[in-house]
Amino acid sequence: MPDLEAALRARRDGGGRAFVPYVTGGLPGVDADLLRGLEEAGADAVEVGIPFSDPVMDGGVIQEASRLALEEGTRPADVLATVKEAGLSVPVAVMTYFNPVLSRGPGDFLADAAQAGVSGAIVPDLPVDEADDWITACSKVSIAPVFLAAPGSTTERLASIAASAGGFVYCVATYGVTGERDRLAGTAQEVVLALRPLTDLPLLVGVGIGTPAQASEACAFADGVIVGSALVRRLVDGDPDGALAMAGKFRAAIGPA
Amino acid sequence: MKAAETTALPDARGRFGRFGGRYVPEVLIPALDELTAAWEELQDEPAFRGELEALLRDFVGRPSPLTFASRLSDRLGYRVYLKREDLNHTGAHKINNTLGQVLLARRLGKGRIIAETGAGMHGVATATACALFGLPCVVYMGEEDTVRQAPNVARMQLLGAEVVTVTSGSRTLKDAMNEAMRDWAGSVRETHYVIGSVAGPHPFPSLVRDLQRVIGDEAKVQFRDAEGRDPDAVVACVGGGSNAMGIFAPFVGAPGTRLVGVEAGGRGDADGEHCRSLTLGAPGVLHGSLSYLLQDGDGQVLATHSISAGLDYPGVGPEHSYMKEAGLASYVSATDAQALEGFQALGELEGILPALEPAHAVGWLLGGPLPEGSTVLVNLSGRGDKDMETVRRALGEPPSDRPRRA
Repeated sequence: MPDLEAALRARRDGGGRAFVPYVTGGLPGVDADLLRGLEEAGADAVEVGIPFSDPVMDGGVIQEASRLALEEGTRPADVLATVKEAGLSVPVAVMTYFNPVLSRGPGDFLADAAQAGVSGAIVPDLPVDEADDWITACSKVSIAPVFLAAPGSTTERLASIAASAGGFVYCVATYGVTGERDRLAGTAQEVVLALRPLTDLPLLVGVGIGTPAQASEACAFADGVIVGSALVRRLVDGDPDGALAMAGKFRAAIGPA
Repeated sequence: MKAAETTALPDARGRFGRFGGRYVPEVLIPALDELTAAWEELQDEPAFRGELEALLRDFVGRPSPLTFASRLSDRLGYRVYLKREDLNHTGAHKINNTLGQVLLARRLGKGRIIAETGAGMHGVATATACALFGLPCVVYMGEEDTVRQAPNVARMQLLGAEVVTVTSGSRTLKDAMNEAMRDWAGSVRETHYVIGSVAGPHPFPSLVRDLQRVIGDEAKVQFRDAEGRDPDAVVACVGGGSNAMGIFAPFVGAPGTRLVGVEAGGRGDADGEHCRSLTLGAPGVLHGSLSYLLQDGDGQVLATHSISAGLDYPGVGPEHSYMKEAGLASYVSATDAQALEGFQALGELEGILPALEPAHAVGWLLGGPLPEGSTVLVNLSGRGDKDMETVRRALGEPPSDRPRRA
């Protein structure tokens, strides 16, 4: 499977910025074709959500997407099957909450993911202090454990996050949950600048990047952006073509693929 | 040795054995660190303790009485005592916790308070504490609960709180807590989240236990005054489990006293029909801690049902999970029907209409599960005013505007 960190580093080393779209797995319209469409639209990596019943880090759009996906009967294995079927040449990271991981068992969950070609895993309610076993399990199957850094994280915590993370560091742009905002929060740059001296890992900004202009603004200081709700909103509305067109606009705004 | 073992918990990482912890987004960690440090510093500080104790005495009306339930005792062949948390100001044990946490929030310089509520008692108690100190208060409440506990919505509003109706998920306590956590993630710099039970990420389970143990500390002395010894059994209902932890705390590990937590058995054992996390669930992570949880084979949280909104929750505080596995307490259940029997029995035999939550504890006792002659301490955690319509409907009575009989 493609290496998440290497792919994002290569983009940075080439002077570009990374575009990582997020979609909720199992949501109607999120099939292998859509994942391939995101790659064709210029994604450097694709983040695929495994829906959870109680997504406390997510705002209204991704909550609704998760609800719809679960209503369809989506199981973690279904999402992984879609990832495998898509067979992307760019890396795929899965995002889910800790309870589905714990329910399967972290080792088995990661083995299933690796089998499907997943390169990275993001678990927003698993802070680095609780993640020793998780990090060990990730290293066994060469899946990068992506951790979140947030506004308000102390320098000690940022150092610990940087030392534990693989793939990239997910820099949470703002206080709050996922969802589009009117403007890019000033805290986004603060998090990235605080992390820079602590790590050479790619630093990607996510949460609240709602427009191509905001993405472009974030890419002035970050190595790339993660864009979720702005795409998922269109998928929830039953408009996968609109989501792909939007992905293309984000790609164009932050630089050529 | 067991008593020392439990007072030492949680450990520095917020663990009760393998349970507890802090499974929350990174953005909340600084606030949890700050709260942990503040509580460690303030819990024994004389000025803080003095301020809290004065409020509990002069505003809440503590100590709450211990009532010997003589006719119920005669019926059961036990000696049953009721710890009367229903007589507290605001009508339940919840105020013990909210006053403590709002005092803490003031020391932390937080100018806004949020809370979740199920039955509404915690919401009312939080709104009350906020009114007392002039702090803005937002209470998240599931839509289903705003209907079945409508009087408490009005109370909160009259106390100046904003009640936000939560329409996501099952529209009950779990979803109210999700929404409160989302608010907190965005507002954490200026807002304190007053969690109402011994649940949530560290330090909440031990913070809320410490603030609620006044129930058990008083009851232990009162019971010894009455009976000259400790009770054979201490019985309390368990949803998240704060009233149970509060009354259990001083008895944990004491030889000769059995601690019994009564979960809501709802309509039966099928998925979605009950709230028996400790007796039918499996360890999982919800709302920031590892504890017993009602979940499906993929780790999705299951829907729950209880006639009592305050117990209608798929998880439970992590210290209860620890006590279950360590054999320090036993956990049983009472169905909706048993709770209604408990409600009626206390009304008809003792002149007390309890909340439907502690009615589960009484309903379990009606089955005669203890040896003849047992002495029993029951936590009567709240009063039943909020449940009148629910009870009338469940018992098949006509609505409240029925004509008077001649």
